[in-house]
Amino acid sequence: MHKLLTDQPGLQMVMLGNEAIARGAIEAGVAVAATYPGTPSSEIANNFFQISRETDLYFEYSTNEKVALEVAAAAANSGVRSMCIMKHVGMNVAADALMTLAYVGVKGGLVIVSADDPSMFSSQNEQDNRYYGKLSGLPVLEPSSVEEAGEMISHAFELSETLQEPVIFRTTTRINHSTAVVTLRTIRKQISRGDFIKDPFNYVTVPAVSRRLHVKLLAHLDQAARCSDESPYNIVSGNGSWGVICSGVSFAYVSDAVQDLGIGDQIRILRIGFSHPMPAGVIKTFLASCQKVLVVEEGEPYMEESVKAFAQEAGLTLPIQGKGEGLFSRLYEFDPRMVREVMASYFGVPCPAKPRLDLSGVPEVPQRPPNLCAGCSHRATYYAVKKAAEGMQTIYPTDIGCYTLGFLPPLGMGDFLICMGSSTGTSCGFSRVTDKKVISFIGDSTFFHSGIPGLINAVFNNHNFTLVILDNGVTAMTGHQPNPGVDMKLLNFQDYGQVSIEAVVRALGVPHVAVIQPYKVKKSIETLKEAFNFKGVSVVISREMCTLYAKGFKKTKTRPYYVSDKCKNHRECISQLACPAFFLDAAGAVKIDPVMCAGCAVCAQICPENAILPVKA
Amino acid sequence: MSDSTRLIMVAVGGQGNLLASSVLGEAALLAGIPLRMSEIHGMAQRGGVVESALVFGNARSSIISDGEADVLVGFEPSETLRGLNKCNAQTVIITNLSPLPPFTVAIGKGVYPDMAELQQAIRSRTARLVAVNAVEIAKTAGNVLAVNMVLLGALIQTGVLPLTSAHVKQAIQTKTKAAFVDINIRAFDMGYEVAGQHR
Repeated sequence: MHKLLTDQPGLQMVMLGNEAIARGAIEAGVAVAATYPGTPSSEIANNFFQISRETDLYFEYSTNEKVALEVAAAAANSGVRSMCIMKHVGMNVAADALMTLAYVGVKGGLVIVSADDPSMFSSQNEQDNRYYGKLSGLPVLEPSSVEEAGEMISHAFELSETLQEPVIFRTTTRINHSTAVVTLRTIRKQISRGDFIKDPFNYVTVPAVSRRLHVKLLAHLDQAARCSDESPYNIVSGNGSWGVICSGVSFAYVSDAVQDLGIGDQIRILRIGFSHPMPAGVIKTFLASCQKVLVVEEGEPYMEESVKAFAQEAGLTLPIQGKGEGLFSRLYEFDPRMVREVMASYFGVPCPAKPRLDLSGVPEVPQRPPNLCAGCSHRATYYAVKKAAEGMQTIYPTDIGCYTLGFLPPLGMGDFLICMGSSTGTSCGFSRVTDKKVISFIGDSTFFHSGIPGLINAVFNNHNFTLVILDNGVTAMTGHQPNPGVDMKLLNFQDYGQVSIEAVVRALGVPHVAVIQPYKVKKSIETLKEAFNFKGVSVVISREMCTLYAKGFKKTKTRPYYVSDKCKNHRECISQLACPAFFLDAAGAVKIDPVMCAGCAVCAQICPENAILPVKA
Repeated sequence: MSDSTRLIMVAVGGQGNLLASSVLGEAALLAGIPLRMSEIHGMAQRGGVVESALVFGNARSSIISDGEADVLVGFEPSETLRGLNKCNAQTVIITNLSPLPPFTVAIGKGVYPDMAELQQAIRSRTARLVAVNAVEIAKTAGNVLAVNMVLLGALIQTGVLPLTSAHVKQAIQTKTKAAFVDINIRAFDMGYEVAGQHR
């Protein structure tokens, strides 16, 4: 049995934040869950995927976040408790559905998890999704700890059903990827079948209907504001006259700072857990009892703006600050020391600190950037593309996945990236206004997610570029989740379809389509050259399973390679491929780590001395 | 800050530090000691540095600021050195001595530090350095992959964490694969012993 299904209320378990959220949803009787994987949210869905094999939970990896939200919206409007999980930028993809779903509302509870990523540990931006609450008019809940995240999910479902609206459950990386002890609670019986009652004048959002629905949404928002004012998640503690208003993980840093600074008697804390709508009454009362207030929130001054507006309404003139010079930044995540120092300076108390070490004179440490794995098929494709495009002036729009790492030297393949699917759309623009050869890269999962419309656009508007689809048969970056191109029979699932990328590309009317096996270097270069010389849209599908993923299916390890004494130390292998299996021994000779080597043989094909040979069995 | 103990573990992807944190998490649960930890997943794991922060005690934060670690465990010597920014003059440091040079060294974009200089740089700035050849010890224990268990043994020996060997060994039994439990326990004991002999 999956550990998150353990039916022993009161039992304590060490859980990752994402496990606590998944467990919380199971306790709330979630019956439908849909996602597109994205760090830091991925493990919530990974657990649901496993759990769905053991229970009546319906779970799916949807093509993208918009589809995932539509799946969940339909289920929730059939009265079934549903959940939709995504990383913060996924909300942008789902936003079209979200904005009008807010008008339509839900019948069964619908909780939308938005996992924000301050500091961008694995994201392209650090947008603050609390503003989606404001933009859509939907309630936002924000936990401050792993335990609270688990517990708050049940409340989020109840709130959704009370308000008949989806609830945005906003976390940050330090909730999703922190671990703590969680106490199990009772699992509510899941209701997995629903019914959809026809009511087109409330469900079909033509203008006449939407005009009424907007009125309904504003009424729900008023009700949500009352709920926020009464919410057990907006908590005041302490009796001092120095006020701190905080939310999310900042509450932990503030709590520790109060202890460390010894200012428990002077401080009054308002922890906001229900952050849209902001609790006007609670905040005004809080402000009235304070001399000065510091707002501690990562990201944008979302609360600060509201708090200042409430102070104005209440005719209060006390100092209220949050973001600004000498205070908090809108950039990156916070940490305990930073919060302690700003609080000490704002409230004018001494700050005990362990002096940082003087690190001058410490030997320099070589950088260790992330790298494509040994034997990664993307490296082979990039090498072949580089060779095939030799002599051409190129632009390489890229996309989101492991292969984005190809932009690092020495491969240097990747010139432009803004979002999922942007490789295809931006290729259209670059090829139209420049005289350079545009060659773009997209992975299989990203192609399905949002690459297809850009490619259709290219065919229709007759643009001129080559799209290389890096099809490694799995959504690799986020931890090997399935996507529509994956052969699910390999995983012993029989009831899935499979979409062929090649068939899709041909059906779109792309005039030049080719498939390569990137480990065959010479053949790949030839095929790529033909595609690059084609005027118009060409697509090359580079097909080779992710080497890490493939390990799970192989009974024996592929034979590794070694550098024989024919090596003249040209180091082309190292300088052009940068495969991490290479290393230099004490004498400066090139060696291959046999444990790391995946046996792809790409280096053996490019060595000018043919010095790289398979290890004999 | 006084009633909590802060541990940073730094490693290279694949060295087993996530399992080591999971063992410590379970041991803390068994010992009834509050624990919060945080890890960086995702892109950082593609051959990059993997860092875990573990806070034992009543603190609510799950991350550790620069200069505030009480103990640092480095699975790879140059990463231990890089982790010095998390340390202060009272910090105890445990490091593996087997280098895994990053790829930047092979392509001439960096120089791997001299091992003697590296140890001196750490020793001269912090309270105690326990440097062990965890790879050799793990091999002797029966599995080169048990480096993480060797380092856990050395860590517990220093006495900085509020955990006993008994709790950690019990956690090793539940958190690591049954086939490896004996080797893992042996590796833990050997790490503990070596750290005890270390001056």
